[in-house]
Amino acid sequence: MTQHQNHGGHQDHGSLKSYVIGFVLSIVLTIIPLVLVMNQMLEKTALVITILVMAILQFVVQLFFFMHIREGEKPRYNVQTLILGLVIVFTIIAGSIWIMMFNKY
Amino acid sequence: MWEDIKDFASTFFVTGDPLIYGADVSIVLTMLAIVFVLTKYKKWGWLWREWLTTVDHKRIGIMYLIASLLMLFRGGVDALLMRLQLAFPNLEFLHADHYNAIFTTHGTIMILFMAMPMMFGLFNMVVPLQIGARDVAYPFLNALSFWLFFLGAMLFNLSFVIGGSPDAGWLSYPPLSQNDFSPGPGQNFWIWGIQISGIGSLATGINFIVTILKMRAPGMTLSKMPLFSWSVLSSSIMIIFAFPILTITIALLFLDRFAGAHFFTMDGGGNPMMYLNLIWMWGHPEVYIVVVPAFGIFSEVVATFSRKRIFGYKSMVWALMAIAIASFFTWAHHFFTMGTSASVIAFFAISTMVIAIPTGVKVFNWLFTMFRGRISFKQPMLWTIAFIPCFLVGGATGVMLAVAPADYQYHNSYFLIAHFHQVLIGGVVFGYLAGIYYWWPKLFGFKLDEKLGRWGFWFWNIGFYICFMPQYALGFMGMTRRYYTYGWDRGWEDLNLVSTVGAFMMGIGFIFQVWQITYSIKHGERDTTGDPWDARTLEWSIPSPAPFYNFAVVPNVKDSDDWWATKQAKANGTYKEEPVHLEPIHMPKNSGIPIIMSTFWFLIGFGFTFGWVWMAVVGFIGVAVCMWVRSFQYDTDYYVPVDEVRRTEASLGRVL
Amino acid sequence: MMANHHDHSHGHDHHEEHEQLKVLGFWIFVVTDCILFGTLFATYAVMMHSFAGGPTGKELFELPGIIASTFILLTSSFTSGLAVLAMNKGKVKELIAWLAVTAVLGLAFVVLEVNEFTHLMHEGATMATSGFWSAFFTLVGTHGLHVSVGLFWMVALMMQLKRRGINAVTRRKVTNLSLYWHFLDVVWIFLFTVVYLMGVM
Repeated sequence: MTQHQNHGGHQDHGSLKSYVIGFVLSIVLTIIPLVLVMNQMLEKTALVITILVMAILQFVVQLFFFMHIREGEKPRYNVQTLILGLVIVFTIIAGSIWIMMFNKY
Repeated sequence: MWEDIKDFASTFFVTGDPLIYGADVSIVLTMLAIVFVLTKYKKWGWLWREWLTTVDHKRIGIMYLIASLLMLFRGGVDALLMRLQLAFPNLEFLHADHYNAIFTTHGTIMILFMAMPMMFGLFNMVVPLQIGARDVAYPFLNALSFWLFFLGAMLFNLSFVIGGSPDAGWLSYPPLSQNDFSPGPGQNFWIWGIQISGIGSLATGINFIVTILKMRAPGMTLSKMPLFSWSVLSSSIMIIFAFPILTITIALLFLDRFAGAHFFTMDGGGNPMMYLNLIWMWGHPEVYIVVVPAFGIFSEVVATFSRKRIFGYKSMVWALMAIAIASFFTWAHHFFTMGTSASVIAFFAISTMVIAIPTGVKVFNWLFTMFRGRISFKQPMLWTIAFIPCFLVGGATGVMLAVAPADYQYHNSYFLIAHFHQVLIGGVVFGYLAGIYYWWPKLFGFKLDEKLGRWGFWFWNIGFYICFMPQYALGFMGMTRRYYTYGWDRGWEDLNLVSTVGAFMMGIGFIFQVWQITYSIKHGERDTTGDPWDARTLEWSIPSPAPFYNFAVVPNVKDSDDWWATKQAKANGTYKEEPVHLEPIHMPKNSGIPIIMSTFWFLIGFGFTFGWVWMAVVGFIGVAVCMWVRSFQYDTDYYVPVDEVRRTEASLGRVL
Repeated sequence: MMANHHDHSHGHDHHEEHEQLKVLGFWIFVVTDCILFGTLFATYAVMMHSFAGGPTGKELFELPGIIASTFILLTSSFTSGLAVLAMNKGKVKELIAWLAVTAVLGLAFVVLEVNEFTHLMHEGATMATSGFWSAFFTLVGTHGLHVSVGLFWMVALMMQLKRRGINAVTRRKVTNLSLYWHFLDVVWIFLFTVVYLMGVM
């Protein structure tokens, strides 16, 4: 086996630049909720929503800058699977909370 | 010392019931017979090289099929024992505890160790051939999946003679399945048997998704892919999303039992209803996982035996996908009675009824395919035709159960039992049997005998209705599931007796089928053409049984019923012969790691079952070593030279 | 119907194609792992207030250690990306070095987690204390277990890279490993947010 550089153009993901941008954004998105929570800067519901949004944003950042979701050959079965998977994850979590909300004791 | 051993043995082995001693003896005798035969005919090497280490999807499929038929036998015997016990009031044939164990193992085995492997067997036997591939995407992983299933199933079945069977129902609801109420190893057997085979199922799901998406023959776009392969894709999508939920749910149950956690306990902040919530998130998709491939089989069979293109191909595909997605939004209908809010119940009642729509679309499509077709009533078609009314009634009673207020009456009654047996036997079992009859010649090179098959068919079918129709009525009369006996004053005796007669008729049907298989091995009609049914899809274009590399030359697909189109073109004289160009074929090498690694998984399960942590640790180390060794293997495939391909094809009567 | 396509179906191309298949399979596996963690998160969400009179998260969580682990794991996700960059440039030594850095950071993360768990148990919060702590230890512990498995894998892969250099197979393995590692970082972000940040609010 020899080396295969730039195979088909879809394997050499990203550049140093994209990794650095992703890293910096991730750090920022970690620090913001941390500061918000440590100093109790918002009232509770708003705080929960804000930090969850930050987490989701960071997920998106990592998807694009680290996992290179935009690259890869078409059709992008991996992206389709991921989206469907996230729908199911949401269903599991939201559904459990909803169903069990009435069953606490 | 001797006393210690005796003490240990009396708790380790299941004792006290003559039925079990009988089983012990027959198990030991069977094992001895197998060892004797293998040694006498010097077949150990053959067994290891050709079967235990194989990565060929067709052989793995055959092993799945054999295992699932054995499990069908065991689950069926369980069913007959239950029906015997209920045949008359106040019978003392089985004790209450024994009855509990039997209905538990019946349910678990039939779904997880009969339906699932039979389904995987069909996936393996058919999908690569149907899409023009030489193997699945990950042959090694495929072998690993099989052995994980097999050793998981063996671990579960061991509970019959060692340690004691699980007896908390097929889904092991807490609090009954917790230590307080089920202190023995039985529930641990249940947990680990399913856990180990579940890992295999998940891997199979991934394997077939990639196989179908990426390994189709050139020209076979998704919109030209046969419907069975579509149904496998749909089923595999459900598997990959549902099985991780099962893994976690029973892992949490195990932590409750093993580490004193408080997930589903009655105290310490635990909540048993959370278990129901989680297990049905897997459990509901699970029933669609097993029934959807049956839909795919019916679509192939109906088209072939009506000699027509399937009606409404696109709507069939949409229905399969819609069922796959919708199946994840209905789980709470299994516990309407738990007492949640009206909005939850309303949502899940409606989502459940919605699934009837795509299912109805499929039924109409099958009917329209038959309409004005030239139908030949061969065995696969017989089962298909029997399926339609049976599944229709089962589906309709399902919609009745989905009506939440009414469900408070039906819940856990024999009405429910009759309903789900009607969809699972009428849908899944009839479907898989149709598939087995249909593809049998492709795998083994001969047809199964028609006459014996018809006897089996009628016993099964008539027996089915005699067995389960009375149970709907019994449900209305107040008989709930899992009663081990009942009094004369209830007025249930007549219908129960009828039901028992029906169950035994199905048993006779099964015996006819076993007879049919053994008879046909010698006398069955040989298939020399490779296309015994005059069928439509690619798997019938190659010899029967298929050579190990499947296709000497990978076909170039132009039509959705490509083989049919080719035959038509040949008949019309419009067929253009293309030059054949053979090339060395790339194939995976056999490997012993799957069976060895699965054996270590077995040790993990067995160790945890009895709380012998040292054994589980040995198992984990073994699994890690196997993975390590495999990771360092780079020489995992080889090429079949052109000469060998040419010779093999010639020996099968094909000149290239 | 038989055609002579697949003219270039053997040799390296075939291998590359096959390795690409494995990347897709691994993606799907990662998605199934998302479901696995989703189920654990659902359990945690339902058990969030089931303290059964025992200690609460707010009383026992010590954020400084958690913040340190968070940045360590985040950095390791970044360095595993740098490993992939080195691979794309064909530099084996640099690749192994970045993997080693990633592994060391991962190990530090695991050590911190073990420390945290011992501390909690010392304070009287174990798996058997209450529904909340059962859910906590299972969720966080499963993530820790995933990281540990990743370390095991990383060591095996570094040895293979040393022996065989960068080829189609090792390239695929590095790609999958870094994908896995990024995924674990993402899971941790949600753990950090849902378990720790919301726990101390």
